[in-house]
Amino acid sequence: MKLIKKEDLPGLYGYLASAGKKIFAPVRKNGMVSFSFTSAFEEIEMSYIQTKLSAKAAAFPKIEKLMKYTIQKEGQSYEPYDVEKFPGIVVWGAHPCDAAAFHPLNAVFTWETHDKYFTRRLENLLIIGLSCTSHDEFCFCTSVGVHPGDTKGSDIQLTPLPGGDYLAEIITTKGEAVAAAVPALFSPAPGLNKEELVTSVEKRFDHEALHAKINGMFDHPVWKEQALRCIGCGACTYVCPICSCFDIQDEGGIFGGLRYRCWDSCGFGHFTIHTSGHNPRESQDTRWRQRLMHKFSYQPQRQEVFGCVGCGRCSRNCPVDMNISEHLTQIMAV
Amino acid sequence: MNKLKEKAKELLSSRAVQVVVGYEEGTGGKIRPAFVSRPEDADKLLYNADCHHNLALYLYKHETKRIGKMAVVAPPFVLRSILILTTEFQLEEDSLVVLGVTPEEELIEFANFKEIETWVNQHPIGMKEKDREMLNRLNAMSRDERWQFWQNEFSKCIKCFACRGTCPMCSCFRCTVDYNAPQWISVGSHQLGNFDWHLMRAMHLAGRCSVCGQCGEACPMDIPVHLLSFQINEDIFKMFGSRAGLTLKKESLLSTWKSNDVENFIR
Repeated sequence: MKLIKKEDLPGLYGYLASAGKKIFAPVRKNGMVSFSFTSAFEEIEMSYIQTKLSAKAAAFPKIEKLMKYTIQKEGQSYEPYDVEKFPGIVVWGAHPCDAAAFHPLNAVFTWETHDKYFTRRLENLLIIGLSCTSHDEFCFCTSVGVHPGDTKGSDIQLTPLPGGDYLAEIITTKGEAVAAAVPALFSPAPGLNKEELVTSVEKRFDHEALHAKINGMFDHPVWKEQALRCIGCGACTYVCPICSCFDIQDEGGIFGGLRYRCWDSCGFGHFTIHTSGHNPRESQDTRWRQRLMHKFSYQPQRQEVFGCVGCGRCSRNCPVDMNISEHLTQIMAV
Repeated sequence: MNKLKEKAKELLSSRAVQVVVGYEEGTGGKIRPAFVSRPEDADKLLYNADCHHNLALYLYKHETKRIGKMAVVAPPFVLRSILILTTEFQLEEDSLVVLGVTPEEELIEFANFKEIETWVNQHPIGMKEKDREMLNRLNAMSRDERWQFWQNEFSKCIKCFACRGTCPMCSCFRCTVDYNAPQWISVGSHQLGNFDWHLMRAMHLAGRCSVCGQCGEACPMDIPVHLLSFQINEDIFKMFGSRAGLTLKKESLLSTWKSNDVENFIR
């Protein structure tokens, strides 16, 4: 356990920036706080409850160029974007939910195919976590195996102290390398109980019990009831730090273009439509069921990870208040 | 609104309808759409000025229709939407009981759609003051400034299509953006694609928008997309003297040919 003084934190930022890293941090812009690439320490907002979008874009951007292609008389040529050119990114100030989310996200991108675009970005990622000293009613991390001081996924974890200084835990070898490069910024920590510094989020349900129960609920009528107000947009999917569905598109002209991948959502009506016209998930309740079972039944079964970290973004941003912890509590009760 | 709850209970108990689509208290102080099928659940139905979702959206979805005959709690913008959708063959009078609710929290039991048509013509609805102010500000800008404004706004767009999802008039089973042979509109979130999407949607809504503002309300990135349609509505009123949702005539302003159509753009 170390201490970083309030006045030394900009030095850590400066070191990382001068090492050529792009620093992805919470910034207040247009009336909302969201992760943005920063050019100065002063842009960063360290005291926030939750950002609009998660930090997943650091490894899984909303739109990502995969390759260029050209079509000529002689044939076609392809030029993949060079993954070696991906810059190192620092995710600065990710709450435990966001830091922990990279693990289940990685499980998807390395499940059967080793996605080089994602894995290369993740290899180059340094995560500076930020423990939570407050939360709101949409947070439910403790119900899904995460907690406000959790260090899972962080390379260095900062915990705010009342005076403006930070406790710093060096978690991984990547974190150790940073601490070793700027040792003057890290001083010994006073004997403090981290538990007392972080907020306390009441547990609403047990995630193992939820997983056991939801496994058998494919044909349950509750899905029809819960999904009636869902409008089938992608807001919950896109703000989620773990949702990973994507579309691949070619855009260009007759003689060439660009292939990219972009975020997609299983909530959209035509997400599963076949070329034949058949749609195995034709109604919104089957799509809602898919969302919850994917996160709480299929991912735990197939990939041994939970598909939710309780960040609450889906619930805050849903236009019709599909509050996921409310729905999950209802599922536990039926 | 006790009269509303009582009426809902009566409709459900007598099995005149199988579901009442209305509003209820949600989480975090929000109000959300409600679907009540049991008389005893009617007590959660409420109506006040914070009820903003355009419930007309749910009335043609097969997920709602399969429950049975529907009643809908309808503030003025929902009444206008119901008329628009009826002229577009999306709703049928027989399948619906319309419970009008006014800003003064009165309940109006419409006996038929003709009564709705009469009522909406007697009670015009305008834009909210802050939207009117924003439009004035945008119109006072130079073309370049306006372009910059929308560039900045659309740079936030994540193509979640909440704007489309929340709009009753976005009723196409397969949206233009869902076609991929050819891919008319980009699905990814990039500058050109974002403009494509929003401008295309605004054009498809021209003459059909009920000015409920829900597209802007639904946007998780706080982009005021509703202003695009609001402005087009004003332009259409200037050009054609009409607003959407005031008639049951099965005619579309921009798609129905009339011999006296103004053709001053042909030179």
